[in-house]
Amino acid sequence: MTDLTLTKKDFTSDQEVKWCPGCGDYSILSTVQSFLPELGLPRENIVFISGIGCSSRFPYYLETFGIHSIHGRAPTLATGLAISRPDLTVFVITGDGDALSIGGNHLIHALRRNVNLKILLFNNRIYGLTKGQYSPTSETGKVTKSTPAGSLDTPFNPISLALGAEATFVARSIDSDRKHLTDTLRAASLHKGSALIEIYQNCPIFNDDAYQIVKDADTKGSATLQLVHGEPIKSQTHGVIFVNGAMKVVPLDSVQESEIVVHNANTLDPSYAFALSRLSGSELVHVPIGVFRDVERAEYGGLVNNQIAEAIASQGAGDLAKLLSSGDTWEVK
Amino acid sequence: MSKTVVSLHQVTIRFAGDSGDGMQLTGDRFTMDTASLGNDLSTLPNFPAEIRAPQGTLAGVSSFQLHFADHHVQTPGDAPDVLVAMNPAALKANIKDLPRGATIIVDSDEFTTRNLTKVGYETNPLEDGSLDSYKVHGIPLTSMTVTALSELTLSRKEAERSKNMFALGLLTWMYHRPTESTENFLNAKFAKKPEVLAANLLAFKTGWNYGETTEDFSVSYEIAPTKMAPGKYRNISGNVAMAYGLIAASKQSELKLFLGSYPITPASDILHELSKHKKFGVITFQAEDEIAAVGSALGAAYGGALGVTTTSGPGLALKAEMIGLAVMLELPLIIIDVQRGGPSTGLPTKTEQADLLQAMYGRNGESPCVVLAPATPKDCFNIAMEAARIATTYRVPVFILSDGYIANGSEPWKIPEQADLPDLRVEFARTQENFLPYARNPETLARPWAVPGTKGIEHRIGGVEKADKTGAISYDPANHDFMVRTRAAKVAGVSVPDLEVDDPTGDAKVLLLGWGSTFGPIAAAVEALRENGESVAQAHLKYINPFPKNLGDVLAKYDRVVVPEMNLGQLAILLRSQYMKDITGYNQVRGLPFSTLEIIEATMAVLND
Repeated sequence: MTDLTLTKKDFTSDQEVKWCPGCGDYSILSTVQSFLPELGLPRENIVFISGIGCSSRFPYYLETFGIHSIHGRAPTLATGLAISRPDLTVFVITGDGDALSIGGNHLIHALRRNVNLKILLFNNRIYGLTKGQYSPTSETGKVTKSTPAGSLDTPFNPISLALGAEATFVARSIDSDRKHLTDTLRAASLHKGSALIEIYQNCPIFNDDAYQIVKDADTKGSATLQLVHGEPIKSQTHGVIFVNGAMKVVPLDSVQESEIVVHNANTLDPSYAFALSRLSGSELVHVPIGVFRDVERAEYGGLVNNQIAEAIASQGAGDLAKLLSSGDTWEVK
Repeated sequence: MSKTVVSLHQVTIRFAGDSGDGMQLTGDRFTMDTASLGNDLSTLPNFPAEIRAPQGTLAGVSSFQLHFADHHVQTPGDAPDVLVAMNPAALKANIKDLPRGATIIVDSDEFTTRNLTKVGYETNPLEDGSLDSYKVHGIPLTSMTVTALSELTLSRKEAERSKNMFALGLLTWMYHRPTESTENFLNAKFAKKPEVLAANLLAFKTGWNYGETTEDFSVSYEIAPTKMAPGKYRNISGNVAMAYGLIAASKQSELKLFLGSYPITPASDILHELSKHKKFGVITFQAEDEIAAVGSALGAAYGGALGVTTTSGPGLALKAEMIGLAVMLELPLIIIDVQRGGPSTGLPTKTEQADLLQAMYGRNGESPCVVLAPATPKDCFNIAMEAARIATTYRVPVFILSDGYIANGSEPWKIPEQADLPDLRVEFARTQENFLPYARNPETLARPWAVPGTKGIEHRIGGVEKADKTGAISYDPANHDFMVRTRAAKVAGVSVPDLEVDDPTGDAKVLLLGWGSTFGPIAAAVEALRENGESVAQAHLKYINPFPKNLGDVLAKYDRVVVPEMNLGQLAILLRSQYMKDITGYNQVRGLPFSTLEIIEATMAVLND
């Protein structure tokens, strides 16, 4: 790609990693550190910005520029930086509480604007750092410290939410699936504009094995529907077909291969990807994994900087003396 | 018919009407014509928060006051000499401010039984003798405007809309103002609407001719130009001066200007103004909320831009946590709070100074920031550059506390030469071995401004407490104590000029000490008191945190210190706690600036105490 020959080690900072043993964040960190050299970018041009939560400690462990900011607000800092410094590659690291609860507003606006940010949303369906309260992605009825009688809230589906905000790149991956996560990071990096990757992440302390069904060698084959652009959408046992315009998951042996929907991540109409996102709820029976949507739309920072370039091209660069004495003036002798 | 011309030293005019009557525009135009004639002036727009309150009601009255003179002007004037009232509501809402003998010009067409009843007049004040102690001119402004425009193909309603230009034309004649600049303005504004342009020009001219020919007006007035220092002048409002100051700071610092803002009265005009100047490389970002506005500005500052956010009180409350992060990250950030009446939504379009303690202390933890306050509209230009100097030199958040009065008020401004503006260039951290993001400049205690894209200085910062020098996370008790004290010492050590005291006789026992927009009325009161033989000193604080180094000595010198504030004594709290000096507060929270008379009376009470 370039003459930069950086390795995983070059992206590993001197800070001791302090997540709980067995935390899914370790494997995500390792995968990201291994992936970064592939970008072919000098380290100083990469910035990781996080909010608050276990996952938000992430930037400390990477030998790039980084900000560990405040709860929910990482996309705001990242937006200001990405617009004013289009030369940088900006990642946002966030969790289900950070991105979808306290910071929900910023997430949807970053996505609708299509700011050039790669947003990694670590979804463990629980509040870890505050020791085990339910999160906006916890399944209804979740018994936690703050909900001894079971939670009452209907959970967010992060993919549906992002698509509702008309995000241009939306994907889902799994912490322990290094290859899939690397492929997904690669696709997100090639995308111009906002990219949201929901990463199913295990919290061994407060919500252990929440994703066991999609990770276990015995069950993952049938529980995950693989989204591969240009390939039929199916698991080992089921496939997705259209019935009266609606998507439906059916056993493979009940349909012809040709009836199975061939995935087109470039479909402009977001309702296609939205329908895919609705195939699984919190029960994780048929979970689509991969890139739901990858479409082109002008990137926000580029638009902002184009307006400035156009103003300079048509009016010339700003002249301060002229500006100050614009409008009605008069001379006192 | 020959008409008398009388020379006056000063006049205060108030234009009042329904919020749809175009009174702000009328006032603005009269102001520009007055400014270009060389009179010193000061203006006070006063309008309701509702965009269009029900027509003809007291709630919907909008006004614009202008004070101009042949000498230096400090305030928009306490009491109008002339009231232009476009309807009974405008008359009723403003009559209490008029001294006897004042001139009242009303649109008599609007004084119908229905309109009178709407505002509680049982009889018509134009006929019942209640206005006998005023000089009243009842003029059928609406019908005369409609008749004058009858040649044009406009509906009656459209024609009526030009009646404000009739009133402006009449006042322009009365006070010998030039007509060209208003004509040029209308030509530009309605270039694409020839019918509307013709209507406005004709109404303006008809109003002027009405004054010239009718016997109703036998006298017109001249106010000689004010003696001002030689140079080029323009009239400028506080919000525009602030925007220009930021652009100038961007030029002088060679930093990209980034404004993150969420619309809020009365600060939005800074966003509007800056968004017009893209050719200066200015980025204006209208964020999804107040938090994103300041967050984006801080993110841009991290990347090496001059990061600015603009807001008013309620918005500042939302930004508090992010400003705390800026304190921790030690990055330059400018926060402009155009204060309005509070708490909560309060009085969105009215002025107040009650955010001082919020700016000082409205964050968790020990979280000191620099606080500055402009004294007048034109002063906003210099304060913006000063804020940039301090923010970038010391890598701290700097507050500018403007207010609704300064933001919307205007005054003549001697346009500075670019060569006279300060050099604000900064130094970023360069590529180096073993970079320490929290090593400090021993003089300023500033840490390096280390922007992404600089090879070899990759580092991580955040809101968690930092270890000295390395910036790594640290929960060490001694380190936290050290860092808290260091951040405080850095702000306390910001270099600010000494406070100048105006005490011409040197024997005053009473000091009038103000901050922010109270400058005008205090200065006018001091002038009047001295003319009356009283001995008073005046000083005005533009630097509130840190205070000027000589402030303690200044306070100690006077027996009594009077602090007028549009709050319940917030500066007084700071002064008492820091200097153990007894302060006599003079406080009002009426949503309006002090009148000169109020400050004179308050000071007299202290002088006679």
